[in-house]
Order: sequence, then C-alpha cells, then structure tokens
Amino acid sequence: MINPLLMQPAHRVLPLLQAGEISSAELVRATLNWIAEIDPHLGSFLFVAEARAMAHAQYIDKARQRGEEVGPLAGLPIAIKDNMCQRDTPTTCGSRILEDFRSPYDATVVRKLEEAGAVILGKCNMDEFAMGSSTENSAFQQTRNPWDLERVPGGSSGGSAAAAAAGEAYFSLGSDTGGSIRQPASFCGVPGMKPTYGRVSRYGLVAFASSLDQIGAFARNIPDLALAMQTISGHDPLDSTSLPEAAPDCLAALQLDSPRQRASGMLRVGVASDQLALEGLSPAVRRTFEEAIAKLAGLGFSLEEITLPHASYGLPTYYLIAPAECSANLARFDSIRYGLREEGRDLFDQYCQTRRQGFGAEVRRRIMVGTYALSAGYREAFYLKAQKVRTLIRQDFAKAFQRVDLIALPTTPTVAFRFGERTEDPLSMYMADLFTIPISLAGLPALSLPIGWASPEEGGPPMPVGMQLIGPAMAETLVLQAAYRYEESSGLHDLIPSCVAADPPHA
Amino acid sequence: MIVTLEDVRHIARLARLAYDEEGLLAMQGEMESLLSHFSSISALDTSQIPPTTSVLPLANVLREDTPHLGLSHEEALANAPEQEGGFFRIRTFLEERGNEETK
Amino acid sequence: MPKPTIGLEVHVQLRTDSKMFCACPVEFGAEPNNRVCPVCLALPGSLPVLNRVALESAIALGLALHCRIAPFSQFHRKNYFYPDLPKGYQISQYDLPLASDGYLTLPTESKATSPKKVGIIRVHMEEDTAKSIHGASLAHNLGYALLDFNRSGVPLLEVVSAPDLESPEEASAYLVELRAILRTLGISSGNMEEGALRCDVNISLDRGTRAEVKNLNSFRAVRKALEYEFQRQCEQVERGEAVLLETRHWDEAKGVTIPGRSKEEAEDYRYFPEPDLLPLEISEDWVEKVRCRLPELPEGRRERLANLGLHLSEAVTLAHNPELACFFDGVLKVGGPPKETANWLLGEVQRILHAGGNSLEETSLTPVHLAEFLRLIQEGVISSKGGKALLEAMLASARSPAELVESLGLAQVSDPIQIRLWVREAITANPKQREQYRQGKETLLAFFVGQVMKQSSGKANPELLDRILKEELQAAA
Repeated sequence: MINPLLMQPAHRVLPLLQAGEISSAELVRATLNWIAEIDPHLGSFLFVAEARAMAHAQYIDKARQRGEEVGPLAGLPIAIKDNMCQRDTPTTCGSRILEDFRSPYDATVVRKLEEAGAVILGKCNMDEFAMGSSTENSAFQQTRNPWDLERVPGGSSGGSAAAAAAGEAYFSLGSDTGGSIRQPASFCGVPGMKPTYGRVSRYGLVAFASSLDQIGAFARNIPDLALAMQTISGHDPLDSTSLPEAAPDCLAALQLDSPRQRASGMLRVGVASDQLALEGLSPAVRRTFEEAIAKLAGLGFSLEEITLPHASYGLPTYYLIAPAECSANLARFDSIRYGLREEGRDLFDQYCQTRRQGFGAEVRRRIMVGTYALSAGYREAFYLKAQKVRTLIRQDFAKAFQRVDLIALPTTPTVAFRFGERTEDPLSMYMADLFTIPISLAGLPALSLPIGWASPEEGGPPMPVGMQLIGPAMAETLVLQAAYRYEESSGLHDLIPSCVAADPPHA
Repeated sequence: MIVTLEDVRHIARLARLAYDEEGLLAMQGEMESLLSHFSSISALDTSQIPPTTSVLPLANVLREDTPHLGLSHEEALANAPEQEGGFFRIRTFLEERGNEETK
Repeated sequence: MPKPTIGLEVHVQLRTDSKMFCACPVEFGAEPNNRVCPVCLALPGSLPVLNRVALESAIALGLALHCRIAPFSQFHRKNYFYPDLPKGYQISQYDLPLASDGYLTLPTESKATSPKKVGIIRVHMEEDTAKSIHGASLAHNLGYALLDFNRSGVPLLEVVSAPDLESPEEASAYLVELRAILRTLGISSGNMEEGALRCDVNISLDRGTRAEVKNLNSFRAVRKALEYEFQRQCEQVERGEAVLLETRHWDEAKGVTIPGRSKEEAEDYRYFPEPDLLPLEISEDWVEKVRCRLPELPEGRRERLANLGLHLSEAVTLAHNPELACFFDGVLKVGGPPKETANWLLGEVQRILHAGGNSLEETSLTPVHLAEFLRLIQEGVISSKGGKALLEAMLASARSPAELVESLGLAQVSDPIQIRLWVREAITANPKQREQYRQGKETLLAFFVGQVMKQSSGKANPELLDRILKEELQAAA
C-alpha cells in the first residue's frame, strides 16, 4: 500500500519539508519501504543505496534544524538512470561488462542534485548502454510497465520512467539519444523531457552517441519536471559541448501562483500531416493525438499545417550515426583498466572474449553496424551521407520554426507493447522511435506529456498515450509553459498507475 | 546491398568482437537486412548539403592551461582487473609501436 | 648511383602545464598512475576539453615553419585498439590539420650556397599514449606488460615533412634545426632522449617504394638507420629484388633495420570528426597575435648574427642555443662588441663550462659582467692569458670583473717604463743570447719574452713587450 504522500507533487512536498512538517528521514524511509514493496514486481531499480540515502536524509534534517542553508531540493528522494556515474555506487549501464564497476567520480548532474540537497535513492534499470526501446536489453532484469505488468515500460530509460510513475521517486533522471526519455514517458503515462542538445552537461554520462545524448527527467507533473530540469541544466566547463548559458528558471516561468497572468498570447503550434500519415502509427494513438490537438486549439493555441519532408528518413539516418559513434565510444571497454576481463589465448583474444561475453546482442549488433558504416569504402555512402541527411532534417525544423512557435507530434506510433513482441526483429524495435528520432537529430528540446489512453492493437486494457511538444533550440521554458497549460486543463497529471492503485499489486 | 561473410569477419576483427561461424552467418543476415533498409537515404540528393558535424552554434571551446590533480593513485587503480606495483598489469602485446621500454 | 629520398615524421611533446584535454599536470618522474583523471584514464562518461596553450603552441610552430594556419580546423577520432590507448581511439586531426604547406630552412655550410628549404606538409595536434613496460614473468613464462597512464593525454604535435631530404646528414640537420625552433619557441625541450621528440623516417631510392623505420631514439640513431637502410635498399635493387612497402624497426644494438610484424591487413582507422569537441575557427587576428609574440627564430637569428660579422658556424651555434643567444644579445645590449663576444662566449666560456659540467644558467656569469670583461681586455688592463683566469673566477663568483682583477692581481702591466726596465734587465742578464739574436737568430725573441714574463709574473703586456723588446734588442749596445 503506497503512502499517499509519495504520490503528491514534489512542489507540494518541498514546502512541508522546508517547514519541518515532515522530516527527510521520514520521507526517504517511506519511499524505501514502498520500493521494497513494489519494486520486486516492477524492477525499476538495479541498485538501491539504502544506507547512504538514509544517512544523507538525516544529515539534511540536522542541517535544517541548525538553521543552515540546505538547497532547494533538500531532502527530496529521487532516482537516476544507471548510466550516470556516481561515487560509491555501481554504474553498470545495464551491462555485464560494467557489472562490478564503481566510479571514482560523480557526474556533473549528480553533483548538481546533491548541491541542491536531493537524496539519490539508487540507480535505475535501462537497456544496455542506452540501446533499446523497451528495457528488455538490460543484462540484469526486466522492468515492468506500472500500468500493465505484462508490458514494457519503454526504453532505454524504462527503470527511471517506471520509478517516477509508480511513486518510487518524486522525479528521476534518464538519458535520451533517439527517444529514450520521451518514449518511456509516453508508455508509462508521465511527462518526460529531453532538453536542447548542450543544455545539460554530459560529463559523467556514459556515452552512447556523443552528438545525440542528453540527460533529462521524468516527473508526474509539469512543475516538478520544470524543477528537475532547471536543477540539472546549465553550463559545465568539463563538457566542451555544453552551451554557455546558465540554467533557465523554468519553474518561475510557469508562474504557478498567478494563473491569470500566465501566457495567453496566441502560440502557433505546427502539426505535420505527413508525419501522421506514416505507416506504423496506430489508429487509436492517432485518434488520441488528434483529440489532444483539438484541445490545444480550444485552449487558444493556433494550429498550423507544417511539413517535415525528410523526417521519415530520420530512422535510417539515426541508425547509421548513433551506431557509428557508439562503436568508438564503446571501444574503451577493453578489459585493461576496468570492467570485465575474460582471459583469452593472447591479448587480441582477450579483447574479443571480454567484449563477446560482456556485451549483449543489441550492443554488439550496433557496434558491428557502426564499424561498418565508418569503414573504408563505406564511410561515404553511409556515415557521411547520413550526416548530410541530418542537415536536411535540421533544415526542415528550422523552416518550420519560422512559421510556428512549437511543433506537436505523437510521441510513439503505438502504446506499450508486450514483452518479447519485438525482440526478434531489431527493425520493429527501432520503429518505436519513429517520431522521437528526428528531434534528436536536430538537437531540439522536446517533452512528452500524457494525453489519454488507447487500447493496444491486439486488444486489452487501455494504455497511456503521450504527445510530443517540440520547441526551437533553447526554448525549454516555452515548451514547459505550453505543456503546463495543457496539463492544467486535461487534469492528466499525478496519475496513479494500476499497479500502484491495486492492493496487492498485479502479479 | 551485399554484406559478405568476409566483410563480417573483417568488421568483427576491427571491433574486437568474437563470433563463431554460426554467429558470423547470423550477423551477416542481420547486417544485410539492416543496412539495406538504411541505404534508403541514398535516394536523397545531398550534393549541395554539408554534413552536420555538430548541432551547436559554437566553436573554439578552450580551457586555460591550469593544472590540478584529478584522481588519487588508489582511485585510479580501484577498478583495475589486475595491478602490480602501482601499474595496470596485462599480458604482453606483440604488435610493436616503437616507443615501449623493455626491462 | 641511386639517391635517397627521405621524409621525416616527428612527434613533439609539448611542455604545457596541463595535458591536452584535461587538467592533469604534465610532470615526469612521478609515481605511476599518479597524474591521471577520468579523462586521460578514459573512464566511462569522461569528456575532453582543449588546452588553449597547446593550441597556441601549435599555431606558433606552424608560423615558425612558414605554414598556412587553417582558418577552420577540426579534431577527428583515429580508431584502433591498443592497451596504451585508453579510449580505443586517439583524438587527432585528419583532413583539417591546424597548419600545412610550410617549409623549414636548413642552415648552410657557407654563405655562398643558398639554403635548402625542406617542405613541411602539415603540423597537427594529438594526444600522447600511456607508457608501457614489458617484462617476463618467470613464474608463468608468459610475457606481461605494465601500464602507466601519467603520459596518457600529454599534448603532442605531429610535424610531417615532404620527402625533400636527400641524405642522412640532411635529415640530421633537419632535426637539429627543428629542435632549435622548438627550444626557441619554448614549447618543447625537443630532446629525443627524454622522449620529447620522436622520429619515424621514410626512405626510398629515387622516390620509389618507401620503407618506414621506427624505434629511433637519438639523432645519431636516425642518421645511422638511414645510412644502413639506404645501403640495404641499394643492395636489394642490385640483386634484382624490389624494395617492399613496409615498416621496419631499428635495432640499435645490432645496427640494422629488421622487418616489423607483417600485419594481416592494413589498419582502417575509420576517421570521423570528434563529436565531443567543437571546431576551431582561427581568425587572422588571432594568428597575428600569436605571430607578434613569436621570438626571433633560428633562421632570422643566424642571418642577423652573420650580418654583425660573426662566422657562419658561430651564428649557427647561437641560433641552435636560445639561452646562449639570449645571453649574447644581452652582452651586445650593454655595448659588447659582436665578434669578440662570440669568440669568448663560444670559446673559452664553453670550455670552462664543459670542464666543470655546468650550464651557463648554473654559473654566476651575467651579460653585463661579460661586457665589462671584454672592455678590460680591449683596454689592455688584462692580457688574453689573464683573461682566461679572470673568466674562471667570474663563472664562480658574482663579484664584478674589476673587483676580481683587483683582488686576484690579474691586471697586466702596461707601463712602458716598467716594461723597458724589465727588458733591459733581461738583456743585461743574458748577453750571449743577445749576441746570437743580433747575429740573426730571431727565434730567441721568445726566450727574452719568457724571461720578462718570469720577471713580471706573467703580467707584462704582450704587445708592448714585443715592441719594446725589439727596440732594445735592435739598439746599439
């Protein structure tokens, strides 16, 4: 049975902590108890740092009692994806090759969270090295969708999404390369955001595809999401690809306390019919999306027709660039300085055996495709060509943003699918990212927010549907403002998933 | 799109991944299928289009030449699969580079 | 008779305070794995950030080598697996190097021959690898290696010459000149023995198929390896065999090059632009700023010094030793005469330093003092011989030459009256020799000089003595 406090918005709980009405130790204890009860069914966490989290909570309580400055998120229990380095916890990236790896340094986002006083409960499950769309590629365990335990939570940040959705954390961090935050957010019925490329430091994020990876967050409502995003954003001198700007004050921009003053100007939202016509978009999802668009119009947004003519080439473009970059990023896993070491006949064999045993099938597949795409004779036709098509896609968005302020797209073509449904056919799995990938290629900020439910194609109880709101570069506050207006009117926030509501949870 | 078995063997070597004969054949099929699909981009005319090397409007990101210590000796070796006398220890590698020291 | 075609590929280790892409100190002799961080150890999640001074050093070297500095430059990943390469790729430069199309001028033997220009194809930036030590484990009878990552990530510049060198001597001269440039710029010690300069050579006959030779640890090794390899290729061709396109290794002990391991396939580095680093846009303003800060380079220095009247060899020596050249200019600044300064500084001073095993910086000698010394010589206060003794004293003491002359009693006697007195004494004391001299045995002049020197404790002014002695000996008895 969940403590109702755990499903409250963070922005309501923080004042209670600040006023001393509840202690952080109580709150963290309650969260840990809930995790102990629900996580055996959900599998969100790979590692729960129980002792450390309690010690941190007690430390914050004492500091608060002494009247010390404790940071805006002090005492709030949150979770992070297991591809973010944190001292004294495992950072496995869901892979056997890093099963015993303990990072001696903290990622910048971890440092920022700790400076803000947040209590990091543990590390969440993920597709191995962030490669996947269902979290089924984790070498260690499955994570289940809190709305239907027989279905995937999405990926690669499935554990983080499920943890936020099921009240195991007030918000969680994930990473998004081709949709790995937005897609699981959509599947799990929570808002999730990927910032503009360069907004959030990648220092300490284990790299998958360097020109695409970004850290973002899941929460159960937009204000909490805004809070999370502004805490982790901002320039980092340790990341050359970090934008020079400081973090925007996203939460203030939502003007929670003054509803009447909130932006009521006419925002133009672009809708790309050519995208909606793509094969693979389920009719039920399409209907739900169209209803959401109509709602936006009802709220005073002006809808405009746009085209994204090259977005349909996004998938092949992404699946050439990302594997190419990952084939280089994963070369450091060579048994020499850390990670798995499997003996072989000689050093060459040691490399091959270690990587064979340490990497799962999808990771190996992408390394092979990426190496091929960069290899002599194929580099022009594959890697370089893909980088040119990427330019075309970026140009599509730039053109569209000359006419509109935001773009709306479905987040995923279908609702959450069943375990094992797509694992045999990699391409079918890749299709899950159809609508999220083009935005990643352009490096634009985007979030997915819940817009309702739809029944799966093959029948069954309705599952959450998400809609993407996309902004031009640096426009996080605009995107969040629009999302907040929608959320206020739809009421689709702080949802309680089936497995949480049921007592005991569905098996 | 033809991916030969020899291609797969060559790529596996470059990537230091071990495959037995069966695995090589399976990977050949997968790569051929995936790459055929991805080569749909060849249909687009990109002759006048520059490749994206970065989505960022930035250049000349530099750091001042100020030293400071990073990891301690212990932290550096903490995850070492094998160590000796403060060094990382590995079995010998035979391809010369020309700048090793021999004891 | 075929002629050798030689090209050199040189890696220069920069003397920056911190590494190329991280803030770890660049220090040598530290305990192993004691100057590392997540970046140079390639821990998961680490990212590179470029060192400004390393970049500006590269621009400076490019300018010193008369290169075109690329207005747009980029880093690339060079992908291959090797234990001393922690990321499994090296951050380097591929088709957009920082500098290209320059030349290096070899100093000439004489003013008559025009200097040779060796083409510089490119100068680019990259990072150094870890250091590995090989050993044999007695217990397991397996080879093993130990890795130290302190060197991983140290800034390197790669300088690639055109195959314009035509002899091992020219190759040697190229390296000496390049080292002089590096030391003058102050960006590297250029010492092969320290590993701050590494050289691989490419040699072919008459621009034919070339062999690469690696594992050269000194300038001498470069010269000998090239001599050997040229000989070997000539013999091969004489036997009717073809020269192979291959990599060979120099075996210092045996004095031969041996074939490297034949690789089953050539390495495919799969270069692609480094996504973790932003491009470099080097404006003309920036290049000008660096150019203005350039010190006088060896080429220019040689010319200036030769025009001051120095011998070519003296000019070359000073150009190759920036510390010495600075000292030299310091002396000139306070009025020292160029030729005499060069003569004493490169002659007697070097001899004393060499005997004592010291460098100039370790002694008390200052340019001002040396200028003073030269004035004392010129004014005849001390003789040449006295000068040598004075210099020894000056190198060991911070006191001024004038003080030292005083306290050591080194002043020569230039009073003609006193000298004439000594001369007359010597002549009177040695009538037989006087007679022999008068009768034509002119070599006895030296005898009388010796006598006067003995009388005067070596202090008689030699020029005056010579004149007065001749006068007195000529005079009627």
